Amino acid sequence: MSNTKAILLVGVGGQGTILASKILSEGLVSAGFDVKMSEIHGMSQRGGNVSTQIRYGEKVYSPIIGKGEADVIVAFEVMEALRWIEYLTEGGNFIINNYEIPSVPILMGAAKYPQGILDELSSKAKTRILNANAIAEKLGNKQTQNIVLLGAAIRALSDSGDTALNAIAWKEIITRNVKAAFTEVNIQAFEEGLRAN
Amino acid sequence: MGEKKLLTGDEAVARGAWEAGLLFASAYPGTPSTEILENLAEYKPDVYAEWAPNEKVALESAIGASMAGVRSLAAMKHVGVNVAADPLFTFSYTGVTGGMVLVSADDPGLHSSQNEQDNRNYANAAKLLMLEPSDSAECVKFTKLGFELSERFDTPVLLRMTTRVCHSKSLVELSERQEAPIIPYQPNIQKYVMTPANARVRRAKLSDRFQYELAFSEGEAVEMGLNRMELRATESAGEHIGVVCSGVAYQYAKEVFGENASYLKLGVTWPMPVNLVREFRSKVDKLYIVEEVDPYMENQIRAAGIDCIGKEVIPEWDELNTDIVRKAVFGQSSPTLTTELETVARPPALCAGCPHRGLFYALTKRKDIIITGDIGCYTLGSAPPLSAMHSTFCMGGSISTGHGAAKALEKAGSNLKIVAVIGDSTFFHTGVNSLMNVTYNGSNIITIILDNRITAMTGQQQNPGTGYTLQGEIAPEADIPKLCAAIGIKEENIFVVNPLRLDETNAALDKAFASDNASVIITKWPCILKKLQGEETSLYESLGNVCYIDQEKCKNCKICTKTGCVAIYNGDRVEINEAMCVGCTLCIQTCPFDAIIER
Repeated sequence: MSNTKAILLVGVGGQGTILASKILSEGLVSAGFDVKMSEIHGMSQRGGNVSTQIRYGEKVYSPIIGKGEADVIVAFEVMEALRWIEYLTEGGNFIINNYEIPSVPILMGAAKYPQGILDELSSKAKTRILNANAIAEKLGNKQTQNIVLLGAAIRALSDSGDTALNAIAWKEIITRNVKAAFTEVNIQAFEEGLRAN
Repeated sequence: MGEKKLLTGDEAVARGAWEAGLLFASAYPGTPSTEILENLAEYKPDVYAEWAPNEKVALESAIGASMAGVRSLAAMKHVGVNVAADPLFTFSYTGVTGGMVLVSADDPGLHSSQNEQDNRNYANAAKLLMLEPSDSAECVKFTKLGFELSERFDTPVLLRMTTRVCHSKSLVELSERQEAPIIPYQPNIQKYVMTPANARVRRAKLSDRFQYELAFSEGEAVEMGLNRMELRATESAGEHIGVVCSGVAYQYAKEVFGENASYLKLGVTWPMPVNLVREFRSKVDKLYIVEEVDPYMENQIRAAGIDCIGKEVIPEWDELNTDIVRKAVFGQSSPTLTTELETVARPPALCAGCPHRGLFYALTKRKDIIITGDIGCYTLGSAPPLSAMHSTFCMGGSISTGHGAAKALEKAGSNLKIVAVIGDSTFFHTGVNSLMNVTYNGSNIITIILDNRITAMTGQQQNPGTGYTLQGEIAPEADIPKLCAAIGIKEENIFVVNPLRLDETNAALDKAFASDNASVIITKWPCILKKLQGEETSLYESLGNVCYIDQEKCKNCKICTKTGCVAIYNGDRVEINEAMCVGCTLCIQTCPFDAIIER
């Protein structure tokens, strides 16, 4: 459906894509959208690539995103952004965490990590590059890089005209989804993500 | 209106079953079905939920609970239904007392399975009323309805899900639990003892049951909106396309064909409401059947002489999505960005610190062996650089395929030795029977039971060897060495080792390779992801500290990289990623130059 938006979150097992997707989905539900979210489990837990797909709008049918249909791709890892390039829609946004995780063939010395990905993607689509890991580390909690990226994704959607997202009580939803001891640092991470440009 | 919540299909099945007054649930874990029981376990004490050692046991237990008068459920992945098929086909004859729902979670696209069989064929083969939900709201609704229909038609009901239904979240309206009355037990030998004489009588009744169920599928199910026509607006123009679809394929079809087409959305797909399809066909110019994997609906529709377009355009394997359906039907694709840059694959791998790595590394040093494998994380031992597995078929198959190969090689005069590799949970699943065959029929294979103290692949489920049940009760731990001895493995051929200690592991392998008898090596060390409980915390203390490479001493021989450890980076120089290293110290044991050092 044309009034449906699609967000793809891609990364590597253990990067926290699922929590970010959960918070995003709950926020969208609270704003009255119909929301579907799909994730792939299983072998991805062993260092494989992971993807979460979120579609929202007045009425959503398909829980998954086809090629050329994602309005925003949030890549938690550089090469994963490249892997999913075909899924971005014309005029869509990339949000890329400037962080590289070599995969097994690279670790084994059987392949080289591809060079020049950020330049390549920036030349093809609107691309925001963040050092989410560095930001999170500066806040004192490396784990919060996923929430930094969540903030950046919401900013990108809002900038592209989805102003309904600004009214969502994101901080409340974050608070509901993280352990009390980590609420403050996650909210800071979220704000850093919103500010990053 | 009740509270609305985003639930996965698996969570929604659990919710629906709880709301329907479910009392008993059993399953063996398997992606994408695992979370159904994990979520049902949270509804204690209303629901009693357990992990069975395999799917056959799970289904038989649920059959017993139904016979005893309560609503029961069994859940499994598609290939699990193969294991449970024996009781299933006969249970269809006996029917139920308390309502019984069997959940089959299929995996089109083989996201985490060894095949992508379409279990809708089981409904046809075993004559089971089948419901196919297409989102989480329907998972709740169809599960609840499943229990009612099961009791009404005296049949087990097959609830057929797929990965995208199981693992997608969508909105669900929650209701309260309605207790289901427990039906007092009455012996009924004619119904429940399936001797040929009784089974013949029950078989004859199936034909009547089919007629009642068909009438439901074509009548009441339509009134209830389970099987519904969504006709396009009368003012619509152009060729009138009709689409028959079920499950998640309905969602894709709605996006692709849009408002200008009409839909026959089927929730009950056995019995197939063929007359309803015929009526729908008469309203449209062209009929498409959009379904994942097999032409299950299409074959029945064609057999009824109804003209349609199906698998000649829609792919007959792999999962569908909007993009695939659009391309198949209209030849159109959304424009996509392209790049000359190539990505490197990111295959899953054994974790840093995984105890299986030690065993597989040791096996790579053995010559003239065939390693028969099984289903679990350790199947990743087949990947380079370890490449230490030569076959994998199904749960529990490693020992029996190894046995057959050993007998054949013996006849052929070959000196190849068979090593069968199987996990703890997989051994309890069906490996025990296979090991009994090894001793009974006398092959001299080496069986290695990788006892990592948990069912790891599916996300850390308890099993008969771990000492805990699904709902957190303390349970006796099955004693693997004693079990092997009781089956007939000689005591001197049973070894228990820590696989992350190469000397221990190699010593056991030496003895096993030297023996003329069948041996069992149990590699006992917990999964690195396991949260240790109770006495395990002291039994399995960390083996060492995070390691680094002393680049002065390192000769760059790269032997440590042959372990395939994901914390070791084989660049121009070999380095250890200290953020990933957990200090298992396996690499230290492989280094000939003492260049790897603990922090």
